Amino acid sequence: MVGLATVFGSGAMTNSIPEIERNDLIFVTGSNTKENHPIVALRMIKAVRRGAKLIVADPRKVPLVRFATIWIQQRPGTDVALLNSMMHVIVKEDLVDRDFIASYTEGFDDGFLKSLEEYTPEVGERITGVPKEKIIEAARLYAGASNPGIYYTMGITQHSHGTDNVFCIANLALMTGNLGKESSGVNPLRGQNNVQGSTDMGCSPNMYPGYQKVTIPSVRERFERLWGVKLPEKEGLVASEMFFASGAQKVRAMYIMGENPVLSDPDVGHTVEALKELDFLVVQDIFMTETAELADVVLPGACFAEKDGTFTNTERRVQLVRKAVNPPGEAREDSWIITELSRRLGYEMKYNRTEEIFHEIGMAWPAMAGMTYSRLDEEGGLQWPCPTQDHPGTPYLFKGGFPRGKGRFTVVKYRPPAEEPDEEYPFVLTTGRQLFHYHTGSMTRRVEPINRVSPEPYMEINSEDAAELAIEDGAMVRVSSRRGEIRLKARLSKRPDRGVVFIPFHFREAAANVLTSSIALDPLCKIPELKVSTVRVEKV
Amino acid sequence: MLTLTIDGRQIEVKEGSTVLQAAREHEIYIPTLCDDPRLEPYGGCRLCLVQIEGVPRPVTACTTPVSEGMKVETTNEYIEGLRRTVVELILSDHPNDCMVCEKAGDCTLQELAYFYGLRENRFRGERRQYAKRDANPFIERDMEKCILCGKCVRVCEEVQGVSAIEIAYRGFNAKVCPPFEKDLDCEFCGQCVSVCPTGALMGKLSLGKGRQKDIKKVDTVCPYCGCGCNLTLHVARNEVIRVSSSPETLNEGWLCVKGRFGFKFISSPERLNTPLIRKNGRFEEVSWQEALDHVAERLGGIRDRYGPDAIAGLSSARCTNEENYLFQKFFRAAVGTNNVDHCARY
Ligand code: SF4
Ligand code: SF4
Ligand code: SF4
Repeated sequence: MVGLATVFGSGAMTNSIPEIERNDLIFVTGSNTKENHPIVALRMIKAVRRGAKLIVADPRKVPLVRFATIWIQQRPGTDVALLNSMMHVIVKEDLVDRDFIASYTEGFDDGFLKSLEEYTPEVGERITGVPKEKIIEAARLYAGASNPGIYYTMGITQHSHGTDNVFCIANLALMTGNLGKESSGVNPLRGQNNVQGSTDMGCSPNMYPGYQKVTIPSVRERFERLWGVKLPEKEGLVASEMFFASGAQKVRAMYIMGENPVLSDPDVGHTVEALKELDFLVVQDIFMTETAELADVVLPGACFAEKDGTFTNTERRVQLVRKAVNPPGEAREDSWIITELSRRLGYEMKYNRTEEIFHEIGMAWPAMAGMTYSRLDEEGGLQWPCPTQDHPGTPYLFKGGFPRGKGRFTVVKYRPPAEEPDEEYPFVLTTGRQLFHYHTGSMTRRVEPINRVSPEPYMEINSEDAAELAIEDGAMVRVSSRRGEIRLKARLSKRPDRGVVFIPFHFREAAANVLTSSIALDPLCKIPELKVSTVRVEKV
Repeated sequence: MLTLTIDGRQIEVKEGSTVLQAAREHEIYIPTLCDDPRLEPYGGCRLCLVQIEGVPRPVTACTTPVSEGMKVETTNEYIEGLRRTVVELILSDHPNDCMVCEKAGDCTLQELAYFYGLRENRFRGERRQYAKRDANPFIERDMEKCILCGKCVRVCEEVQGVSAIEIAYRGFNAKVCPPFEKDLDCEFCGQCVSVCPTGALMGKLSLGKGRQKDIKKVDTVCPYCGCGCNLTLHVARNEVIRVSSSPETLNEGWLCVKGRFGFKFISSPERLNTPLIRKNGRFEEVSWQEALDHVAERLGGIRDRYGPDAIAGLSSARCTNEENYLFQKFFRAAVGTNNVDHCARY
């Protein structure tokens, strides 16, 4: 979420899920909401039933398209051109919010305005493949609405220029003044249950809990006092660098808690090699995952139903997780394992109850200082910022301004995806999730009925493309990229556009990430290019 | 605001409310089978009949809008007689199955039969006979127990936007089913199961695992996507046997297939249940003491030899805030490096 944090000084959903009902326009881009955030989608459907307009921009005919006023089918990786072109129209038709721009933003007139000039709807059409009338209509609908909300997920962020996409979305909201109000804002939908929380809690190489930079001396000193120990000054490595760093930076040992990078990270071959090269690997998980199989030590953790604590959902709501059953056999709560290890490494962490950890979080990060377990229990969770015990929490952000002062416009130029289709690899591959499985499948694939409805890997391909390659529905195909190949069944469909194929990444026996690239990292936030790679498809 | 009188009590409600909504707001009980405040009014079950002064016949409270000065009576001998007859008619075509029915203890129809003391039935006649055959893996459909309240059909259309089921045929043969009576093939969100007032729709995973007695209910948060839906785990003998969600939650009681039916992994026999150390290329079961000592020794050794930055950690978006906090604190304060990240940056 680097992009959003740069623009506003904070990176999270600006509105709440219940506010969706009162959107009069919903702009969903790069999010298969009905399958990946089903309950958010229900609110959207409710809004549509009440008369809201819905724009869905997605290369695939995702299920939400059924409810859409307009469906924009842009070519994968061309979101910047699409959004810039919409903004071009908004400027040309003078639908910008001058007052908002003057009071709350900076950088509109210097460079930004001019940068939009070249993105006429005609240019937009040429790059994205979307008829210009649709681009114009979408721009008018968005700019003309009084409470429009933008919703996006990985489709937008997981490109080598994912941060650019986020900048564009922020520009669009800023120039129309659609921020800092109830039911209008910019809303990244977080994929996993507590990914918001793990970022909030400072599991990032450059930030302590609460987005406080490790490189700022005064911040570091505060944490040194809180934890009673001298802290490292230099920023650490991001996940993908951990697998690539060499020489003096080389990582010799890793401790991985509850993650399965072998399946979830791009370029499986490389990840496996890097993990094998380690001197020492500890994996703490609830199942013997593909990553755990490579470990020197495997520690059995507890799942969500076996512990107390909190999760923070995509709308910044901190909610109580409660223990319902005992973990199997010798498995133990992760917090117990961490404190035991810490003690053995000479740093004692002492907590008698989970709530004491929560209390310490409030000391580390003022935005959660007003929360207690009993408040979370009584009030059905609280949304940060919630700085004091009498603060009600914050359903929507940026009322009356941005934490970094003013919202900044960013000039974004369209750059083609790092890999473009050519004769050898003529198809664009996109990867993602589907309704029935979750992430790398280590949980859902062990739920027998779910596995029955969705038992095996598949590749979606447009029926016309399939016909040209003489591929029938259900036929085995070989899909190869510059990095590797997998075999799986073809599923003929109208969902992907011609020239595009889609593979869900939940299946270990045909892991989509064998094909994707780990090189094309987004320059700012280092997200690997999981969404766009080019591939060849052959019948076997 | 409007003022009206219900059962002699003067109350104020918003314009545009129905009589049923007005009564509910003021905790005046009117029985219903087909109503759900989250769905459009339907007026199908006729249990919510009430009398309004100046209106000759009883009307359904769920479809009648309030008006200024209206006088409503929700209960009297005549109305209760009508309601009793409605329930009796429904029961006349309902299997006498409460002894073994999954739904017993949580069934609106059973409650009503109890309330009206219905054991004998004046209307006993022909009963619908349907085979329970639906190969879908999640939802048991026992259409002999269906009272045709239409809630499942409406929730599927109005809330879920799927319209996977419909009421087919007419009269005695009317039946809820997917088009052409095929097996159910839908998003399996289970919204229909959650609103069904009888045992006609039940979750297959829970069958025979325990009804209402000796069940512990624990409120928690879904472990899958970032929506953060509130779940209530139903626990029997240290096993999660069913998941429900209350309408008063953030997610209004709605869930998706993963949240509602994706709990079996918790008690999977494949769960890791002991620490393992690789010895001569194979994993061996060891005690916590041995495992933790070994990890600390190896990490300590590598830190001494190559410095703290030779160690790196990946944390999980699936773990709690408290665990994530401890994990990064462990790396920064105990190991001495900022090499800590989580895999999924989304
Ligand atoms: S499970 Fe969901 S989608 Fe399927 S019939 Fe029931 S309500 Fe409709
Ligand atoms: S299956 Fe249940 S919810 Fe659906 S109509 Fe029958 S009784 Fe009502
Ligand atoms: S029930 Fe479904 S929509 Fe709700 S949090 Fe769980 S996975 Fe997400």
